[in-house]
Amino acid sequence: MTERGNIIEVSHLVKKFGDFTANDDLNFEVKKGEIFGFLGANGAGKTTAIKILCGLSEPTSGIALVAGFDVGKYPDKVKERIGYMSQRFSLYNDLTVKENFRFYGGIYGLSSAAIKERTNYFLEKLEMEKTRNVVLSEIPLGWKQKLAFSVAIMHNPQVVFLDEPTGGVDPITRRQFWEMIYETAHHGTTVFVTTHYMDEAEYCERVSIMNEGRIVALGTPAQLKEKYQAQSMNDVFIKIAR
Amino acid sequence: MWAFVKKEFFHIFRDYRSMVILFGMPIVMVLLFGFAITNDINNAKIGILDHSKDVVTRDIIQKLLSSGYFELDSYLKSNAEIEKLFKQGRVKEVVVFERDFARKMAESNGASVQVILDASEPNTANMLSSYTGAIINTYSMELMKQQMKIPVSIQVENRMMYNPEVKSVYMFVPGVITVLLMLVSAMMTSISITREKELGTMEALLVSPLRPIQIILGKVFPYVLLSFTNLIVILLLARFVFLMPIQGSLVLLLGESLLFIMMSLALGILISTISKTQQQAMLLSMFALMLPTILLSGFIFPVENMPLVLQLVSHLMPSKWFIIIVKNIMLKGTGILYFWKETLILIVMTLLFIGLSVKKFKIRLE
Repeated sequence: MTERGNIIEVSHLVKKFGDFTANDDLNFEVKKGEIFGFLGANGAGKTTAIKILCGLSEPTSGIALVAGFDVGKYPDKVKERIGYMSQRFSLYNDLTVKENFRFYGGIYGLSSAAIKERTNYFLEKLEMEKTRNVVLSEIPLGWKQKLAFSVAIMHNPQVVFLDEPTGGVDPITRRQFWEMIYETAHHGTTVFVTTHYMDEAEYCERVSIMNEGRIVALGTPAQLKEKYQAQSMNDVFIKIAR
Repeated sequence: MWAFVKKEFFHIFRDYRSMVILFGMPIVMVLLFGFAITNDINNAKIGILDHSKDVVTRDIIQKLLSSGYFELDSYLKSNAEIEKLFKQGRVKEVVVFERDFARKMAESNGASVQVILDASEPNTANMLSSYTGAIINTYSMELMKQQMKIPVSIQVENRMMYNPEVKSVYMFVPGVITVLLMLVSAMMTSISITREKELGTMEALLVSPLRPIQIILGKVFPYVLLSFTNLIVILLLARFVFLMPIQGSLVLLLGESLLFIMMSLALGILISTISKTQQQAMLLSMFALMLPTILLSGFIFPVENMPLVLQLVSHLMPSKWFIIIVKNIMLKGTGILYFWKETLILIVMTLLFIGLSVKKFKIRLE
């Protein structure tokens, strides 16, 4: 494999629910260590595609390779190698910070020593050591999102899927969140992220834009801006999704 | 897996509401159902052992059977058959006429009728005994008027089987056990699974390498333990506070309870697969499980007195069969031979619910 081989390869992926085609012939690749923005309006089919890539949903036809495995055939192999953070908050509000780490570390098969070490690492990095034994419901949303992201990459996955991770978070926290994303990608974990915020799209190395179940644009933000003669990703998006 | 079970316990112990349900319920139930609830009885099955077979006994039998309260199950031939008939649960009452009934009636000591009742349902037993007494008394009064013969005396002698002091606690302990096991197992699991769905953590779990079966087992295991703890608390309460004996095998009782717990858990999982929110799960468990369990299982109201439609519905209630089993073990002291049919029904129901819920449990969130 080359230094930047593909971690995700999707070809002719189709997902139908009855007569409705949620994903219509998707084709794209994501490189190792890349930050890939997966954009589209609500109902464009983003969540459906992510669910297929995570092994939660079987494709109607076509192939999706994630971390070297066909998701349709070996969802379990894929699940061990990916991290996932949904748009809905996925930590337990009635557990403490430490217990959340321990639980998710446990279900990903980490040893208790490794869990301890990773927990310390993240809490130190987030400067949240003091909240170790605080029940999660007492922690502000922005911090929770950062914790949720830490938990999602705790087992050093090859790819982490972030489904609108910054929804409802203030601009400063969003900024910090993106710093975390950069650092993660820097360490070699591929980041696959969906977002509504077009300024965030600018942070991605490459983006794809979905509309009505199809990928209508794919490239670096600079390429897309040039192609659609737009000032910002926001303009690109409006031109495409109109 | 272990991490999962541990986390589940944290959920339970941090949520004071579930703790209240778990441990406050037995006390509330015991208090609530400690009050006797009266109701009318029709067509109770009885057995008759007539040692005399003369005009008078035949007349009395005819009066009993035509009263509408009783229905003949069978004529017995010997005292030995009485016990068997009760253990099989075929009759609520056996009426025994002594030898030479008509002749003794005119004597000074009078003739005696023994009325033996299944007092594992104390309300029913009490009522049946007073009906029987009243019918026989009316008969002897009429006889006196007609024949102007003095004196006519018939002694009615009651014997309460299985519950000699007619304590209603004997009736509601099996009921409370049933309701609680059902509540804890079915309602709590269904709520805790839908809670994960609602919070979105279920998604995170499904994306993880955990297999769905591990998720389910991790979720239900703590509730098996809690249900068992509850069962033991109730049994201890029954034994030492209400001095209620356990006639049959304790091991058998625990085994059957485990079966019932499994059945309830499977039901709980099934409920969670069809409801989207905690409220839905709660309402479904309440209306689809709790109310029928309390009302239709024979816990409070004897199934025999219900309209035919409700009787048929009650056959579908797993709790009905479990209550029969518990009463058999605790009060009558019978072994599995007497309720293998009920056990089999529970096993079939359990397998059915497990099959259905596995089929419905959406591995892939579509």
